[in-house]
Amino acid sequence: MGAPAALQACPSSLDNRISIWSVGDLGNVGLNGEYQGEPQLLCDIRHNGDVMDMQFLDQERIVVASSTGNVTIFRHHQNNQTLSANQRWEKAHYHVDRDASCGGAACTGVICSNPEIVTVGEDGRINLFRADQKDAVRTIDNADSSTLHAVTFLRTTEILTVNSIGQLKIWDLRQQRNEPSQIFSLTGDRVPLHCVDRHPNQQHIVATGGQDGMLSIWDIRQGTMPVSLLNAHEAEMWEVHFHPSNPDHLFTCSEDGSLWHWDTSTSVSEKPSFLHQGGRSTTYFSHNTINQSVVSAWLSNDPTKDRMEITNLIPNQTLSVNSLDILGPCLVYGTDAEAIYVNRHLFA
Amino acid sequence: MTLPKHGVFMLGRLVQVSKNYRSVIRACMEDMHQAAVSARDPALHSQYSTQVSILSAMELIWNLCEILFVEAAVAGPLLLRLLDWVRLHVCDVDNMVREVLSSENPSKHELFWNVVDVFVLQGRMDEARHLLSKEASANPTSVNMCRILDDLMKKMPVPSLGNTQTLTEMELKWQHWHEECQRYLQDGTFASNSHMESICKILLGDENAILEKKELMTTWYHFLVTRLLYSHPTVKPMELRFYAQSSMDLFLGGESSPEPLDTILMAAFEFELHQVIKECSIALSNWWFVAHLTDLLDHCKLLQSHNLYFGSNMREFLLLEYASGLFSHYSLWQLGVDYFDHCPEYGRVYLELHIERIPLNTEQKALKVLRICEQRQMHEQVRSICKIMAMKALRNNRLGSALSWSIRAKDAAFATLISDRFLKDYCEKGCFSDLDLIDNLGPSMLLSDRLTFLGKYREFHRLYGEKRFSEAAKLLLMLMTAHIAPCSFWMTLLTDALPLLEQKEVIFSAEQTYELMRCLEDLTAGKSDKQKFQDDDVETMKVEMLRLALARNLARVIVKEGTLEGS
Repeated sequence: MGAPAALQACPSSLDNRISIWSVGDLGNVGLNGEYQGEPQLLCDIRHNGDVMDMQFLDQERIVVASSTGNVTIFRHHQNNQTLSANQRWEKAHYHVDRDASCGGAACTGVICSNPEIVTVGEDGRINLFRADQKDAVRTIDNADSSTLHAVTFLRTTEILTVNSIGQLKIWDLRQQRNEPSQIFSLTGDRVPLHCVDRHPNQQHIVATGGQDGMLSIWDIRQGTMPVSLLNAHEAEMWEVHFHPSNPDHLFTCSEDGSLWHWDTSTSVSEKPSFLHQGGRSTTYFSHNTINQSVVSAWLSNDPTKDRMEITNLIPNQTLSVNSLDILGPCLVYGTDAEAIYVNRHLFA
Repeated sequence: MTLPKHGVFMLGRLVQVSKNYRSVIRACMEDMHQAAVSARDPALHSQYSTQVSILSAMELIWNLCEILFVEAAVAGPLLLRLLDWVRLHVCDVDNMVREVLSSENPSKHELFWNVVDVFVLQGRMDEARHLLSKEASANPTSVNMCRILDDLMKKMPVPSLGNTQTLTEMELKWQHWHEECQRYLQDGTFASNSHMESICKILLGDENAILEKKELMTTWYHFLVTRLLYSHPTVKPMELRFYAQSSMDLFLGGESSPEPLDTILMAAFEFELHQVIKECSIALSNWWFVAHLTDLLDHCKLLQSHNLYFGSNMREFLLLEYASGLFSHYSLWQLGVDYFDHCPEYGRVYLELHIERIPLNTEQKALKVLRICEQRQMHEQVRSICKIMAMKALRNNRLGSALSWSIRAKDAAFATLISDRFLKDYCEKGCFSDLDLIDNLGPSMLLSDRLTFLGKYREFHRLYGEKRFSEAAKLLLMLMTAHIAPCSFWMTLLTDALPLLEQKEVIFSAEQTYELMRCLEDLTAGKSDKQKFQDDDVETMKVEMLRLALARNLARVIVKEGTLEGS
């Protein structure tokens, strides 16, 4: 995420803007670690259409997905604190007739792995772009007959998508055929899935959030159904994120106005000592428990043994929390009440 | 005006709410002021400055309403609160005050006496006395006069906050003090210093003396409060009206006519709440102020619930107007929903009408709208919105999205429509589009019969592809006999049966073959003679081929089954 800066897209007065804010080191810390001073607006720039998703490509560039179907790279010039549009793919997502005035389809998700950018949209299309290349490297038309809501990288050449008929699909971008290499779906009703994230260290663990607020954890090595379904929010779960450096922690935000912190770090209570002392396993642990402890708490099937702490981080919830991001001890989230919140002491 | 038993607690809350509103207005003023200062374009600068003055006027009015209406039942002298109000809002003199106080020799400053006058006019006795002491130390000749004046100021009775004295006590004391001031004036104690003499006259409530200081008061309501301070300090809220109009007339003196702000404040002083609201509605271009003020006053039980022509009361009318305005904004419509929720009579109807007209440019927005409708059991609107989204998806050839919307609305009819579309595509192209959808329908297949058929038909194709012929055959037959397949599709299904019939191995049992034949006969019998005549050669040939294939299969299977039985 770069320097202590937070990225925010907010609709204000007549237009949508991309803004960069500085949440500096000055100011007091309140009772629950909430930053007391105001974030300072560094610069902003007009954006055409609603901002559906955005991500930092590198320290200076941000990729933004628009409801008009455009995908734009903005550059943040840190020397004079300005933003400029660096590159744009017009109507990267479109319905039937691209040239019609309303032919654009909302681009719903974007994921970057410098220099590659993958976008998905309401047109069921998957685009693979390369920064600084004018045309798309690859486009999979009609990859999905329903809306693709989110995308994330599984491995460097594989992506995961979720759609509005409750399917999680793996796509191998090395292969030329326009078919997913694997399809997973929920049991029961095909509740639309809105967000997806992969465990930072253990790549077979994937979390998705659905329209009914349910959090599903999948092990993509085995089966086509989720490993666990956790009843979470009362409305659409908009985003789910594993903490990048502390993956025992997961964060979800929802239309019902809550933001939940899922903490499984307490459940892996006894880490086998051989992990710390280099080599010698003690006779304290039998073979089975060693294996079990090393397996992630997320995949554990025994709810009685493993306690997961779940906390709602928002004391007075009102309108939807649309988006969140975490890095180190810092949590940022934005709501429909046109507010952004910054918490710089997450694990205090 | 009486409050219920829990009234005092409630009142405290209402006062707090009123203060919150005012702090919000002030915060906006601050922001707007910042924007005005940093605006480089002069037109923009003047626009922002105008906004600042409007907001300032709004806060002034709200503050007065809070004092007169919301806090009215609270014990505590009205005059003190009005003095605070004046001190807070008439700040044209602040610069002058600062200048004099910060100078080295305040008493030598040319504006010294102006500042003393300001303090006296605003009832800031301690500050006035402080300055007088400076004058006394700087100018030995006036020490005596200063001491006397200081004494008078110190002794001036003010209505106290705590109820340490009764009204009669207060009035007696005040009368006594008034007489003392009168004596000093008549004795000519201050004759040598015109400034101090005029101050003494002010203390006596001499209207002309007060009016001389017009520029220092700047507004007629300042004059009103000063006048009350020095002539009727125990004034009660209902008595204000007697002094308000005359104050304004005396102050303006026929030179200028009252402005909208003056009319509003006058109406407030006269306790004409409806007039206040009406004047504010006319003067302000936005419903925010009147809607929220009226709501607050309504909570204070101050507005008579006389119904307006169309049945709802004033509060609801204004809130509905305000909220309707919010709905035309692309992001504030969500707040409008909350307002409608709090309008008991017409809120629901208004919400139903407005929510269907929100432009849904992205699916995410549609989902938010749907969530709001579902939370309020607005099923009609849910169905209608889902139908709109589904139609849009269908037009864009997003069959999966369309199906997803029909599932959300539990709209069986639409699901049937989508399935028909799939089947049509199949008939035209000979293969299924969007297999990822049809293969993974899951329990949603049961939403509509046609959808079930689609799922099962695809399953038949899959079984056939996997060469599981007997299962495929069974499924095919079941589709027709259980009437899952629509009649229009039977011909296609029977044609699909042909390759199964032509297999080397016998697949259909005798029982099944009879069933198939019956289906065929049902199909052809159903056609009228005219239709049969119109059937082209292909149709008739198809039927003939089927009959032949069925007959051949029957023959083979009888033999096969007969042989098995025999051995």
